[in-house]
Amino acid sequence: MSTLAVGGPGVLPMRGLDSQFWSTQGSNVTLAVIAIVAFVAVVALIMFGADLVRGRSRDKVQLVVLVTPVLALLAVGLIYPAFDTIWISFTESVREPDPETGINTVTTTFAGLSNYVYAFTDPTMARTILNTLLWMIFVPLLSTGIGLAYAVFIDRAKGEKVLKSLVFMPMAISMVGASVIWGSIMYNYNQTGDQTGMLNALLVLVGLEPVSFLTVQPWNTFFLILILVWSQTGFAMVIISAAIKGVPPEMNEAASLDGANAWERFWSITIPSIRGTLVVVVTTITIATLKVYDIVRTLTQGRNSTDVVANKMFVLSFVEQRQELGAALAVILFAFVIPVVIYNVRSLNKVKETR
Amino acid sequence: MTAIDTAADTGSDKPEKKSRAAKAKENLTSPWATGAAIVIAALWTIPTIGLFMTSLVPGTRYRTDAWWEVLLDGELTFANYSSVLFDSFGDSSTAPPLLGYVMNSVVVTVPSVVFPLVLGLMAAYAFAWIPFRGSSFLFVTIFALQVVPLQLALIPLLRLLGPQNLGLAGQFPGVWIAHTIFAMPLAVFLLHNFIAQIPSDIIEAARVDGASHTQIFFRVIIPLSLPAVASLAIFQFLWVWNDLLVSAVFGSSKTYPLTYPISSLAGSYGATAYLVPPAAFVSMIIPLIVFFSLQRYFVRGLLAGSTKG
Repeated sequence: MSTLAVGGPGVLPMRGLDSQFWSTQGSNVTLAVIAIVAFVAVVALIMFGADLVRGRSRDKVQLVVLVTPVLALLAVGLIYPAFDTIWISFTESVREPDPETGINTVTTTFAGLSNYVYAFTDPTMARTILNTLLWMIFVPLLSTGIGLAYAVFIDRAKGEKVLKSLVFMPMAISMVGASVIWGSIMYNYNQTGDQTGMLNALLVLVGLEPVSFLTVQPWNTFFLILILVWSQTGFAMVIISAAIKGVPPEMNEAASLDGANAWERFWSITIPSIRGTLVVVVTTITIATLKVYDIVRTLTQGRNSTDVVANKMFVLSFVEQRQELGAALAVILFAFVIPVVIYNVRSLNKVKETR
Repeated sequence: MTAIDTAADTGSDKPEKKSRAAKAKENLTSPWATGAAIVIAALWTIPTIGLFMTSLVPGTRYRTDAWWEVLLDGELTFANYSSVLFDSFGDSSTAPPLLGYVMNSVVVTVPSVVFPLVLGLMAAYAFAWIPFRGSSFLFVTIFALQVVPLQLALIPLLRLLGPQNLGLAGQFPGVWIAHTIFAMPLAVFLLHNFIAQIPSDIIEAARVDGASHTQIFFRVIIPLSLPAVASLAIFQFLWVWNDLLVSAVFGSSKTYPLTYPISSLAGSYGATAYLVPPAAFVSMIIPLIVFFSLQRYFVRGLLAGSTKG
């Protein structure tokens, strides 16, 4: 896997929109249309085929038809690979020329915990893991905190819908897009000449020194974290806002008749009423944060001690072809999630019990 | 309890007026809250506007001048867009144009939205309305899979789809399959939550009339679950369109969507850096249009997915 998209093996035309370009696009679109039509046709055929079955087995056959595709895809594409990754993380592959033929051969051997030992002892790797923990702590806290504050501030305000849309909008923007917005527009730093980045221009305007946001350690990690906060706050705000609207207004009215001010009502009524929602929001954002590699990949590629596990995992596995180490990092990511998984399954069971 | 009783005792017309008055007073007495809300709204909006303005800065002035300086000189131009879209986008002038990547994004996204929706709807119906052994165990497993980082599956799945096995990696079908697999847990969970709320009378009446599961699926489930399908479709569309990881791992230069070349070029900080803002804006336009026109469905889906857990 090359790190650059340009210069592929002549698949896209080398310049402009020539006839080869259009024939490539034409065949790609045709492929997609055929795939969708064929998929829908096959599914419909199988479903109606299952409906032709007569007698007692009909229900069973149809049940199998309904659930098998999903179960098979998950088993083959997610569950088996997950266990395989765990296994790979305990192995080591050595590439050596065969003594007789001289051809390079790869031998895979069991390596115990050596990949994990490396991940936690190598200073660069340890820093990468520490950075991921920082992301895990700050992104959910800041996103939820700002989202909660904003939801409360604009609750029943004039133009609430528009105000919500403004903060919600980054949800539609890719992490790559958000990285470009912040990296090239807000955080841009020029060593010489005028500052073209908006934040640095502002700093200069008020008489401060410009900051090289993406290289100044250790704050650069924090500046990258803010990009994800920017992206996730809208999610937190929308969910929390809906929960706030679910709080019976009588409770607030009663409290204000009893003389509670806005601040007291917020802490004694709003927060306890939406505690469950807050937990869900923090949990969801925590899990999402662990997986995000786009921001680091786009802006720093991990330089200046900004790497995170998700990016390092990608680079090791698919650029440097050190998949055993990459697998160990994937397992470490999963280990960070496990407490959250257990908590979620428990709360789902509770919901099912109360139904 | 007593507080609520007092509120009820004061009559039905009074609290309405009181709360309005209290609300107005609260808004007046908290200029800090209003100020903070304005600051947040500005911080969440201005960067995107800045991107758009910067995308109009000609390449000759990109390094030295900020967009507001170029704006004051009246030199902002849409020329970047046509050169990025139709000439070339990349480190060199021989790089392919962005339009190819736009098309790739479309070709990657549409099937990756349709496949998981159809399969997810089928399984969601079974889990919601067909009692069978192991149903709740399987459903809880699928629910739990939602939070497994997809990184955990990448390496073996790539080997499975790779040249030694299925030979689909680097091709569109490989990318579709990967996206479909990773979408499954959320799709089943979200659609199940919605389908489970269909009144049981409807389904039971159909069963009593002798309707099979297939017939119920086509005549009852599909028409009634269209709002949930719409929510999930928007969700999945945004996720796939904005994805970088799955496309980078399972794709190739034949299939890379918009995010891939933009990420590469933005990270190289080279002489062609001025091409990045217009390209990034191009990549954002379609999701932003979808998002703003269908925001209602999107929010509904978000709420269904996160508050029922």
